[in-house]
Amino acid sequence: MLRLDCLRSVYPELENCLVVTIMGAVAAELHSLGHRPNFFYLQHAMGLASSTGLGLALCLPEQHVIVFDGDGSLLMNLGGLSTMARYRPKKLSHIVFDNESLLSVGGFPTATSTGTDLEGIARAAGVPRVATVRSVESFRVAVTEAIRGNELTTIIAKVKATGPAAYVTDLSLLENRFQFRRHIQSLKKN
Amino acid sequence: MPVSLTSSRLIYDALKECDIGLLSALPETWLVHLIRSADEDPEMILVRLAKEEEGVGISAGAHFAGVKSAMLMQNHGFLASINGIVSLAHLYKIPLLMLISYRGSLGERDPWQTQGGNVTEPILRALGIPYFFLDAPGAVEKRIRQAQTLAESSLQPVALLLTRDLMWEE
Repeated sequence: MLRLDCLRSVYPELENCLVVTIMGAVAAELHSLGHRPNFFYLQHAMGLASSTGLGLALCLPEQHVIVFDGDGSLLMNLGGLSTMARYRPKKLSHIVFDNESLLSVGGFPTATSTGTDLEGIARAAGVPRVATVRSVESFRVAVTEAIRGNELTTIIAKVKATGPAAYVTDLSLLENRFQFRRHIQSLKKN
Repeated sequence: MPVSLTSSRLIYDALKECDIGLLSALPETWLVHLIRSADEDPEMILVRLAKEEEGVGISAGAHFAGVKSAMLMQNHGFLASINGIVSLAHLYKIPLLMLISYRGSLGERDPWQTQGGNVTEPILRALGIPYFFLDAPGAVEKRIRQAQTLAESSLQPVALLLTRDLMWEE
């Protein structure tokens, strides 16, 4: 299963969500499908995309928030999973692309390649809905249900360790950040 | 426990005056009354963290949402947050009001706090983070307001060091 195909399969569903991604392949591939003002790509600070999504979800409980995380990033902030589960915002969906690899720095294997079970960790942390998916169709169904549902969900998507040729996009970090905030403020006015 | 209830109340009231709507916190002795105040305040979103660096992400999310926030932590928690501060708050110009209990400085009895006390100010300076002291009850309200104003206008982290003189009564 390719991450890009997964992202493409749910792209239409993202329109009315606030989307936070990690750096690297996830950011570049989502951006390649077409940037939208409701997408924020956290191009560094590994581990904190999920915390940023949690902050958004706690402050905007009516708004659906999606975090596209990765195994390397999540392993850097496993404690954040317990914080997320502690407050369990109903409209937060936490999607983890697990390619068992730190792809953007040369493909070194992460601990999920030797058996660390992120679904089990999320469940044990107290996330009320967890799933692991291995096909694009099951990914699409699981993410769509999470978006339409009303419960904090962590979905582990097992994907191949392949990505785009380049990670830098033509969207500057600050342009993305100011546009994202302005978009959210415009939602609040409507 | 001689943590100053009066000073804690002053700090909390000043945060409320600045419209702080979210506090992230990791407990430490000097912060207990502050965290309790936040916990008892139905209007405050209190996020109890596993590790302080998460608070940088949570504050970024709050900023995007249009909610003013602050982080409550010990100086060792600040040390544990540095990559988040650099790679999120500085990189993306996120206003971050950090209230940091300044352990390991004048009058510290706990040996394990002292090394962190030595490096707190040099590291704040190395990171280019403006920092100021909260040491006199009479200046608390104004200084918190000014620090919050600076963080919002400069879109960067600003630190307030909570000193023993303010937080400890014995």
